[in-house]
Parts: sequence; C-alpha cells; structure tokens
Amino acid sequence: MLAGVARGDRLFRGLARGAALALILLFAAMVVEMARAATPSFRAFGWRFLVTSTWDPVAENFGALPFVYGTLVSSLIALVIAVPLGLGASIFLAELAPAPIRAPIAFLVELVAAVPSVVFGLWGVFVLAPWLRTWVQPALGATLGFVPLFQGPPYGVGMLAAGIILAIMVVPFVTAISREVILAVPNAQREAALGLGATRWETTRIAVLRYGRSGLIGAVLLGLGRALGETMAVTMVIGNRAEIAVSLFAPGYTMASVIANEFTEATSDLYLGALIEVGLLLFAVTVAVNALARVLVWSVGGAVREVRE
Amino acid sequence: MNRWLAGLLCSLLAVLGSGAEPAAAQMLMNGAGATFPYPIYSKWFDEYAKVDPSVRFNYQSIGSGGGIRQITARTVDFGASDGPMNDDQLRKAPGDLLHVPTVLGAVVVTYNLPGHPKLRFTPDVLADIFLGKITKWNDARIAAANPGASLPDQAILVVHRSDGSGTTYIWVDYLAKVSKAWDAKVGRGTSVSWPVGLGGKGNEGVAGQIKSTPGALGYVELAYAIKNALPAAAVRNAAGRFVEPSIETTTAAAAGVAKNMPADFRVSLTNAPGDNAYPIASFTWLLVYRDQPDETKGKALVKFLWWMIHDGQKYTTDLLYAPLPPQVVKQIEARLGEITYQGKPLLAAR
Repeated sequence: MLAGVARGDRLFRGLARGAALALILLFAAMVVEMARAATPSFRAFGWRFLVTSTWDPVAENFGALPFVYGTLVSSLIALVIAVPLGLGASIFLAELAPAPIRAPIAFLVELVAAVPSVVFGLWGVFVLAPWLRTWVQPALGATLGFVPLFQGPPYGVGMLAAGIILAIMVVPFVTAISREVILAVPNAQREAALGLGATRWETTRIAVLRYGRSGLIGAVLLGLGRALGETMAVTMVIGNRAEIAVSLFAPGYTMASVIANEFTEATSDLYLGALIEVGLLLFAVTVAVNALARVLVWSVGGAVREVRE
Repeated sequence: MNRWLAGLLCSLLAVLGSGAEPAAAQMLMNGAGATFPYPIYSKWFDEYAKVDPSVRFNYQSIGSGGGIRQITARTVDFGASDGPMNDDQLRKAPGDLLHVPTVLGAVVVTYNLPGHPKLRFTPDVLADIFLGKITKWNDARIAAANPGASLPDQAILVVHRSDGSGTTYIWVDYLAKVSKAWDAKVGRGTSVSWPVGLGGKGNEGVAGQIKSTPGALGYVELAYAIKNALPAAAVRNAAGRFVEPSIETTTAAAAGVAKNMPADFRVSLTNAPGDNAYPIASFTWLLVYRDQPDETKGKALVKFLWWMIHDGQKYTTDLLYAPLPPQVVKQIEARLGEITYQGKPLLAAR
C-alpha cells in the first residue's frame, strides 16, 4: 500500500519535472529556430540592425530601431495612464466602495479584459482617433505646444492614440490583480494602523500598499507584458510609419505590428529573416523588461522582509 | 457510468466513420496564397463541387508570399499570387511554374473632401502626392485637371496600406510606371518605404482612416470601394482619357495588353493601352507546375482550370471582380494544353 503511494508520488514528480523541462526546451527551441531563420539578416546587417532606422523592403535594407522605440514608448504611455487609474480603481474596490457595488464593478472591470483587441482597434479608429484629432490634440497643442511631445499636425492616429488604447486594455489587468493583492493584505495590518490613529488614506498608504507592493508591481508588470506584445489594436491606430518622432502626435510603429503587417507577403529570405529578427528582438526586450521587473520585486520584497525582522 | 461512456465512444466512432467514408472517395486539392481573390475562389470551389463532386478544394488565403513559398516547396497542388513571381523566384522552384490568370482586380483612388466633389487625377499628380511633392488640395496641378471643383486650402493626408499586399503592389507598380522619380526612390513591392503618409491595416483600415479624416487620400481595392460606396477618382490613362474605375474598364485594361501578351502571362496591366482601359488594374494568378507530379490529380486540376476560365467567369461580376476578356481566355486555353504528366498532355481533347 505504502509502496503504491510512493510510486504514485514518483510518477507525479516525474510528470511535473517533465512539464517544467518541456517548457524550458520549448523556450530554447523557439530561440534557436528563430535565430536560425534570422541568420540571413544577422549576416547582412549585424549590429547595425539595432541602431539604424531605415526599413525598405524594396531595396532590402532593414533597421529595427523605430520599432523598438515605438514598442517601448507606446507601452510607457500606456503605463503612465493605466497605473494610477488601475491602482485607484483597485483601492476603491477593495477598501472604499460600499459592499453591494464591489462585486458588480469588479465583474465589469474583468469583462473589459475579455474584449478582443480588434474590437478595441475598431473603436480606436472610429471613435478615439477622430476625438483625439478634433478635441484633444488641438487643445494639447494650444496649451502644451511648447513641449516637443505635443507638436505637429493632429492626425488622430499616432503614438498617443496607441498609448491610450493600450492603457484601456491594460487597466483591467492592473485593477483586477491589484484588487486581489489588496484583499490579501491581512486585516491586522489595517487594524494596527487605525489603532495608532492613522487616517483612512494613511492606513491605505502605509499598511496596505506598502505591505502589498511586490504584488502590486507584479500587477503592473503583467499589464506591461500585455502592452509590449499587443498587436492588432495598436496596428490599427498607431499610423504604421517606421520613423522616430519626438512628438506623440506623429505616427509610429511597433515590433509586433510590423511582423503582423508584413510577414504574409515577405517572399525573400533576407526580408523574412529581418522580420524574424524583429521577433527575436521583441522576445529579448520582453525578457529584459521582465528580468528588470523581477529584480525590482526582489529588492522591494527584501525591504519588506527586513522591516518585518 | 461505464456504459454511458461506451455509448458515447460508439456514437463518436460512428460519426467519425461516416465522415471518413466520402472523404476517401474524394480527391483533396490543396491550394494556398493570395487573399484578394479568396471570395471568388471559394465561390468557384463551391460551384465546381456541383460540376465535379469527386474533387474537394482546400484553399488557405495566407497571402501571395506564402502562396509562392508553399508551391515552391510543393506542399500544395497550386499556389495563388497577386503579383507575378520574379525570375529569381522561378529559378528557385523545383519545376517549371505556369502563371494562369484567373480574374482581374483594380485599385481606386479614394478621398475625403467637404462636399464630396468628383475628382480626376493625372498620373504625375498622383505620383507627386505620394512622393510628398504636392501637399495641398488647392495645388494648381490638381485644380488644372478639375476645373470647377472647389478645392480647399487643406493639407493632403496620404493613407496607404500598412500590411504587405497585392493591392499595394498594383498601386506602386502603377506609380513606378508613370513616375521616374518614384521608380528610382521607392520602387515596387508588396510593402515599400513610403515617403509620406500613414499606414492603415487592410482595405478597411485605409478606408476607415480616410472616412474619419477630412483631407485624406488613399487607395483601396475596386471591389471594396464599390461595396462601401466610397468616392473614386477618375484617372487619366495611357490613351490620354480620364477613365472611371469599374469592372468594364478593368477588363478593358486586360484587353489592351492582349495583343502583346507575353507567353508566360507575367504581365503588368498598369497604364495599359486602350481608350477605355482603367490604368490601375492587374491580373491575379494561380501557380501550377507545368509537369504535374500526379496524373489523376493533374487531370482534375486542368479540368478545373478550364472550367474556371469559361463557366467560372460568369460568377465574377456578382462578387465585383472583373472577368477575363475573351482574347485572354483564348490565350490561356493554349497554355492549359501544355500542362503535362510525364510529358503527356493532361487536357482532355475537345
């Protein structure tokens, strides 16, 4: 009987280890396969691929800098908008909202996360972009026009539109996970703070947010992950122009978008190789951002542990 | 519980079995490629199933580039492309590939101006707008072709396709033909490095951007423009006449080049001769091996191609594609006779 259990345990351990190994192998196989397919591009451009900004499929001269820039900037705009919104919403839902409306609102927020990205894209093309062009961009240009970020003709579509669409897509993720994190903070923390005479805001800030910060950073990172890889909605509103412009009104391009746009019709090996190298680069950027985040979480987590000791 | 499971399994097997039976008797013809002709191809495959129920078609619209790659790798029985293969690509194929024209498409210039005036463009003006040399709607050269039209003092926002596409190929092929500067600076391709403008994904992306932006100008497929009642400009053709884009004027472009048709049909129809020829038109092609690897399959394929260029053509206009002109059908007939299996012609004697 006991032996049977042990055998079951061993079997389970083996299966679990196999699954973990398979994941690592899959990751390695993807990298190797993509690197192999991108070889023509490595050979032709070398490191220049990372720092030049020409993208000319006719002359077969490729540089990926505008795409890296576009991906990072649009994701950054998204985070700047989405993090305060999402965090605020989650604090409201977990700490302040009257009990009867908490569940319905939380449900609605999670519903937004399930909307397909092409729907966001369509909404972006037909509602957001015209609204930005007629109202927001002229107003920004008139008031903050001395900042290079808000100069140039208002097209509606462009980096700003992409960042806003991404923010809307990211908010539900940040909200839902932050809410879970805040709910997981033990009540003793709040009671202790309130007992010391802290106000509601001080309690939330000191006892709740600080306690849960590694989890909250995790929520932001998950949102960032979605923003970096989002393709469809961004393609529909970013303007798809492989140029680096300071202005947020100007069109841009992201790594995921250029792959989605051009992959189907890329016939030559070099062209295909360049697109796959962009994919590899997206992979690398995502891994780098996640690694950075991990380090951030560790350092914050360490601080919390020190306080507790 | 077990009995219930067994019952479920039995019925599942029965379903699978019944599904497999007719499939065994049917021949599966695999194809892949261009997305632009996909609606007419699926219509043909449906209709052809009534003519010859023994063949079933499976067509994946993965894009012309994918179609060329797949037929070159022989993973499909036929490929499809909106642009002809170049010599380099043909050399890489393991056998002799034939281009069989199937239908015609055209690209129209559409725009968003207050009052929706009907506009006319000359080739040099279109090229210069897309090169960024003409930037305002009230430019003297636009006005010269449009006497009486009220043209605002507004910037032109150029909108192009962001995804690689046959539509873009036809458009830039036209620009390269009518403008030396375009040919030298930008060139031809399914995606190019655009001197100016915004990119929209697909016809719907371009049309959406134009519809929502006053002063925008771009290009979309003829069928898409007709279906969505977009304003379409008349363009001056090689004969010097302004021609409206339509199914008839597109077919006229093919008729215009029929006299000088190259034997392999790899011909560009842009800026075609003929009084009534719309200048921004193109064939779309199926790609088949001249020497078929399988006799039965090859026979069935040739039979289908013959049906396609004759009976199949009557379905084209309903789906807003332009049919092949009779001269070109005659020329393709001759070419179909050259498809062989181990040197033996596959076309049944007529």
